[in-house]
Amino acid sequence: MKTHYDLAIVGAGPAGMSAAVKAASAGLSVAVFDEQTAPGGQIYRSVGLPALIDQSILGADYYYGAKLVDSFGRSLSNSQVKKSSIGDTCCNVDYYNSASVWEITADRQICVSLAGRSSCFQAQRILLATGAQERPVPFPGWTLPGVMTCGAAQILLKSSGLTPSAPLVLAGSGPLLLLIACQLLRAGQSISAILETTPRENQLRSAKHLFGALKGWRYLVKGMRLLAELKKSGVKHIKGASQLQGIAGESGCIDAVSYLHKNQVSRIACKTLLVHQGVVPNVQLGRSIGLKHRWSDEQQCWHPDTDDWGESSDSGIFVAGDSAGIGGALAAEQQGLLSALQISYQLKKLSKTERSDQAKPLQAELSKQLAIRPFLDVAYRPAKEFLNPADETIVCRCEEVTAGNIRHFVKDGCTGPNQAKAFGRSGMGPCQGRLCGLTVSQIIAEERSVRVDEVGYYRIRPPIKPLNLGELASMAKETS
Amino acid sequence: MAVCNLADRCEADVAIIGGGLVGLAVATGLIKKNLKVVIFDEADVAFRASRGNFGLVWVQGKGDTCPEYAKLSRLSASLWPELGAELSGSTGIDVQLEQQGGLFFCLTEQELEQRVQMLEAMKQQHQGDYPFEVLDNAALKALVPEIGPTVAGATFGPLDGHVNPLLMMRALTKNFLAKGGCLVNCGPVEQLEAHSKGFGIQSGDQCWQVDKVVLAAGLGNKQLAPQLGLDAPVEPNRGQVLIAERVSPFLKFPTSHIRQTNEGTIQCGDSKEDVGLNEGTSIEVMAQIAKRAVTLFPLLEQAQLVRAWGALRIMTPDGYPVYQESESHSGAYLVTCHSGVTLAAAHAGPVADWIAGEGFNLDFSMEVFHANRFQL
Amino acid sequence: MPTDSSFKRLAIQSRKNLRVWVEGRPVEVMEGDSAAAVMLAQGELPTRTTAVSATPRAPYCMMGVCFECLMEIDGVANSQGCMTPVREGMRINRQQGAKTLKETSALDKNSTSNKSSKNNTLNNNDILNEANGQDTAIEPKRTVVEDTL
Repeated sequence: MKTHYDLAIVGAGPAGMSAAVKAASAGLSVAVFDEQTAPGGQIYRSVGLPALIDQSILGADYYYGAKLVDSFGRSLSNSQVKKSSIGDTCCNVDYYNSASVWEITADRQICVSLAGRSSCFQAQRILLATGAQERPVPFPGWTLPGVMTCGAAQILLKSSGLTPSAPLVLAGSGPLLLLIACQLLRAGQSISAILETTPRENQLRSAKHLFGALKGWRYLVKGMRLLAELKKSGVKHIKGASQLQGIAGESGCIDAVSYLHKNQVSRIACKTLLVHQGVVPNVQLGRSIGLKHRWSDEQQCWHPDTDDWGESSDSGIFVAGDSAGIGGALAAEQQGLLSALQISYQLKKLSKTERSDQAKPLQAELSKQLAIRPFLDVAYRPAKEFLNPADETIVCRCEEVTAGNIRHFVKDGCTGPNQAKAFGRSGMGPCQGRLCGLTVSQIIAEERSVRVDEVGYYRIRPPIKPLNLGELASMAKETS
Repeated sequence: MAVCNLADRCEADVAIIGGGLVGLAVATGLIKKNLKVVIFDEADVAFRASRGNFGLVWVQGKGDTCPEYAKLSRLSASLWPELGAELSGSTGIDVQLEQQGGLFFCLTEQELEQRVQMLEAMKQQHQGDYPFEVLDNAALKALVPEIGPTVAGATFGPLDGHVNPLLMMRALTKNFLAKGGCLVNCGPVEQLEAHSKGFGIQSGDQCWQVDKVVLAAGLGNKQLAPQLGLDAPVEPNRGQVLIAERVSPFLKFPTSHIRQTNEGTIQCGDSKEDVGLNEGTSIEVMAQIAKRAVTLFPLLEQAQLVRAWGALRIMTPDGYPVYQESESHSGAYLVTCHSGVTLAAAHAGPVADWIAGEGFNLDFSMEVFHANRFQL
Repeated sequence: MPTDSSFKRLAIQSRKNLRVWVEGRPVEVMEGDSAAAVMLAQGELPTRTTAVSATPRAPYCMMGVCFECLMEIDGVANSQGCMTPVREGMRINRQQGAKTLKETSALDKNSTSNKSSKNNTLNNNDILNEANGQDTAIEPKRTVVEDTL
């Protein structure tokens, strides 16, 4: 097996795929490690082999991804994706699917688990294109069976053509909430209610960003179309809901959701509650290798420090796409291309002029794609109850630690998230803080009245993906 | 940030530099004597050996070249039930102390033979009063049925045990605060100076005047000690630790290599490396630890790892602790060791008595733990 | 049996049908489904109870982030259901509390052979047994759950 590459890419979403194709065409040998079975990432999941017959359900933006997957497939040397016609594109990309990268060591060994066996790879440059995850949405009852994220529902729709059990309620805030609502309605699913938790004051605050957002007018039009579609469907759409709470039935699964609206607490029966509060960068791998991150007040999450080409604080390691800050799929595609150009230039496959000339149109397109963000970031900023939840809310789902526990730790002298681990095991379960890290840092910052930057984040330890002791043991050299 | 219950915020009888297990244990003993105590602790990210350890309250094999250390370890293990009860009484936190014996595994016959020779020698040194048992694979299997078929055997020390080190930290902190202690945790101590009477300490925006100061800052003691006429020749020694998921109980004894916590998680680790202040991990060492773990317990092959890290032991050249009062700066004490869990009860007891000015009332001499021994 | 709490399948492109075992029951699934999706389609909620407090949980993120979809797949406890594509003959069970460790050799033969083979097909005997309706040979063992309790 080949173990040395010019470029190793983690993730095969829009950023990873576009970077791989570009770098390969510049003459670099490229490895792409993807934990999914097929390329596309979450946004274009299963698009190479779409499940649904009716394409109108997911819409054109999803099927656009087929083009990317196709061009990616044509640059593969090992064709696990169907190779249609091999054109003149360089076939220099090795695609490893179902491959989980569980550590990048200090000496840049990339440890990958493939079909239950681990191998180490090396590359001159590494690109993290690990995408986004949904922002954790802590509220009382969010751990009940039947509560899922909107993204989860979309994944089930894309890869298996499955729609949630009814009665169904959607709750939260953000473009994806509206999109999945429309997609489910198109699929014939009835929705009992959409509870929008977006704080009303966001509307006013976002207005000043509206002018800047006009450059991204296509997004605005799409958003308005979704709203119109919802209105036309007649689905109950409650704006300004708060105090969300999941209520369990006898089976222990969710049975109803209660909320406050216009000073009145109401309750709606449901078997499935889909929740959403936007997406945040998946920074787990970058954190585990100690890349510098800074707190983004706009997006209320951590961003790795990167330059215009996506190069991180650790030279030679790049981050592109949503894992570098939320910009959406089309922006991710451009960012992947830009990182690939810079890497090709650094590895002497492109001259400085070639790099810059090729980058110009990409940068222009990127800035167009990102124009909408300041508006969206403010318009859909989560309500405080989800960022800094009430005491009884579980924040660490794995170890079952509540917001109140965290506040108590602070009173007892806990100054940051790493001490919170020692104080009460938060972040020490199998998800390694992915579902509580943001919340724990924010609670501690609020309790201490300091910035989240000052509080910091969990130190993320390897292995960041499941690895059993047997598999690790088999990597031991025979000598001792 | 400071969590403080003292009325008079900037003066104390004793300042302890270092809020790890050593500092907290000493504080536990001092605060019981109605002394005003302040602890200076670092912020969220620090080396903190107190969080990287195995939680062993361990006696067997300790002090094979220093009978006083063997006695101190044994004394502390015997004082532990009292400390555990005291902490649970005052804080409601059960530190999960169990002292039903511990196993030291030997993979080969040769290892077992060497181990037994060492323990026999210790037994002689202690006039026959040094309990242990030797178990071959069959005897070991009777005790821990999941043991692997290739393991030669183990030695069993009936005085060994373990606690949950995180709960121990929590209970010590809670007890300290509840009894009026003050915890200053805004980062490292920036200034430490001896006055004509007492000491001045500054950390962040906190300035304190104290009568006595105890250096319990682990690796930080190396820089702090010379400022008070003391010598702390400590060096880091890295141990890598693997933590696996919670599984149903299968291992009731603490062991030299593997421990199952009360929560069900598995800790593995037995590596020793001199790599300076590098807290990282390396694939080869992690793999060797894993290999040893699955050789000892083949069923561990299926246990999923949750995390791995490197922790830095605080080692003196001979591996033994230093307890010493400064000759040039009376009232300044140095306390450093690498067995903060085992020795906690001794630190909260006799060591705290000594710092309070009551001397050591022990049937063995603590003089051997003077740092002068390194100046030969 | 699918219950009214099961996820519903829309009209989908023709895909290979596979048969898996859910809590010991034979179930028809589609290639491309994940084990977690199968549990949702079967309405098998909750899919696990926690090791900490035995409270019920079910898949939450479906993308490998939250570790809520831990289930027993081919005898391997605490497997991430959303990251495990279905294979012919796969046995999917709920996870009850903490995992009980078993030696690798004591696991389902099925799982180890599947792990190492790229094609992820069952061996011929198993397929023949299924075709003849002789399920007994590969009837899933339920002992793990009982061991835990």
